[in-house]
Amino acid sequence: MSTSRSTRIVLYVYGVIVIAFLYLPLVSVGFASVSQARYLSFPIKRYSTKWYGEAMASSTVSELLTTSLSVAVLVTVISVVVAFFGALAFARYHWRFRTTFQKLILLPIFFPQTVLGLALLMWFNSLGIIPTWKTAVVAHLVWIAPIATLIVAIRAYSFDPALEEAARDMGANTVTILREITLPLLMPGLVSAGLFAFLLSWGNFPLSLFTTGADSTLPEWLYAKMVSGYSPLVPTLGVMSVVGSFVLILAAFAVAWLVRVNRDARVAQD
Amino acid sequence: MNRLDGKLGFLSALPLALVLLLSFLAPLVVVALFSIMPPKVFSLANMPDFSAYSLFFSQGYYKSLLWSLGMALCATVILVVLCWPLAYAMAKVFGRFSLILTVAVVMSLFVSENIRLFGWVLTLMKGGLIEGHLRSWTGVGFEGPLYSVPIIIFGLVYVYLPFMLFPLAQGISMVPDDTRQAAYDLGASRWQVLWQIEVPLAAPGIVVGSLLSFVLAAGALAESKILGGQAVIAIADDVETAFTFGQNWPLGSALSMILIVIIGGLALFGVSKVDLDAIMGRKR
Repeated sequence: MSTSRSTRIVLYVYGVIVIAFLYLPLVSVGFASVSQARYLSFPIKRYSTKWYGEAMASSTVSELLTTSLSVAVLVTVISVVVAFFGALAFARYHWRFRTTFQKLILLPIFFPQTVLGLALLMWFNSLGIIPTWKTAVVAHLVWIAPIATLIVAIRAYSFDPALEEAARDMGANTVTILREITLPLLMPGLVSAGLFAFLLSWGNFPLSLFTTGADSTLPEWLYAKMVSGYSPLVPTLGVMSVVGSFVLILAAFAVAWLVRVNRDARVAQD
Repeated sequence: MNRLDGKLGFLSALPLALVLLLSFLAPLVVVALFSIMPPKVFSLANMPDFSAYSLFFSQGYYKSLLWSLGMALCATVILVVLCWPLAYAMAKVFGRFSLILTVAVVMSLFVSENIRLFGWVLTLMKGGLIEGHLRSWTGVGFEGPLYSVPIIIFGLVYVYLPFMLFPLAQGISMVPDDTRQAAYDLGASRWQVLWQIEVPLAAPGIVVGSLLSFVLAAGALAESKILGGQAVIAIADDVETAFTFGQNWPLGSALSMILIVIIGGLALFGVSKVDLDAIMGRKR
């Protein structure tokens, strides 16, 4: 390539700076969470973990965590099922409205989420449904199910339809083919889609804002406290939420790595 | 085989199509209907009178819309310039580092955007991470840059960076190296290659990235609330106030409709321009 050595170095440095830029605010939140003072100012004079202790003991915090977790788990399960079929319609089967379908599912991703939340609030109201955390699941699905579908679709593009056709020629019916051929082939895509769905739902705030009714998710509570009535628990809970996500991602990478090592070992044995 | 494909395609599209029909398209219809209702009603059983739309001009809501669109445009332009070198490097220069960068950027997306914006408040405020340390080392402080229009644009650039970076990198990776090399061999300068080869060939990525960033930034709420204080009011903020504080659903719906028409128009335009099969790597 025609890129000179000095250009390459500049680009690498630029990349590192961008990563630092993305994570700098989290560093501030991290420092703030271990400051002892009720009203924060840098440089931090005394460090303490007392806010973590308070957060653990607080019943509000455990309620927030339970709500966020319930929403995220339901969103993940439904998204993965919907995305499995959606991705096949998106990428695998040739059917009449395929391109229309592809474009339809992109629209919610382009849509301002706050407005979507309000639209859902009015829709639930005209149906006579009182919003709770369960209606927030519906709101999250509008945005997350299409994203999950796109992720699985990438995987669905890369598999050879001849595998399915061969199974059909040998007499397998559609359900058997889906279970024995399609599902295992799409599995890596489904796992990453599930991970994305969980994490996006866990961190989402604009969609929850109007759709949880009297319940509140963790990001919603944080937003309320940031905009008015600051609480020293804000940085602490922020850190806990971030650490929760990152632990999940690391666990996923670890499992993926173990599965690969295991498979390599088995192949080597044979 | 083809008839079976057609049937299976239709059946497997059903679950997602139903989700979107019931919780995306139907709510939009409700918003449209509410927007033509008389002020401050909470049901659709009223005579429509379009009065909410006249408030858009008479009460100065168009200013919020112009601010939102203007700030979104600034953020988009800055993002193209900022992301281009990095996207280029991800597609053509970095090897393994591309993967590390991708993982780092995607992971930042999983952190709630209000936590990240709040982190910027802690970083930039008077007595924050930067000013506080500077003052304790040098004795000289400065007024924090918070609560102004430039900082809102900064926030938009920060939050929507991934939505520009990835489509751009995808677009640039579609520029064949041979074409660029040929242009250089024929004596083109770096700028000529950029403007006459790379930009036109990477256009789909630029269009998708710009539309995505612009549309999301135009409907954004948290940046102006958390970083901007009350410096300017974003249109999404007006919509929220109309629903919550103002208890005026028809007004909120009318403001939403105006935003939806602008954004929806751009989104439909963008979506109709892209060939998803080509972008997402159809092999056949």
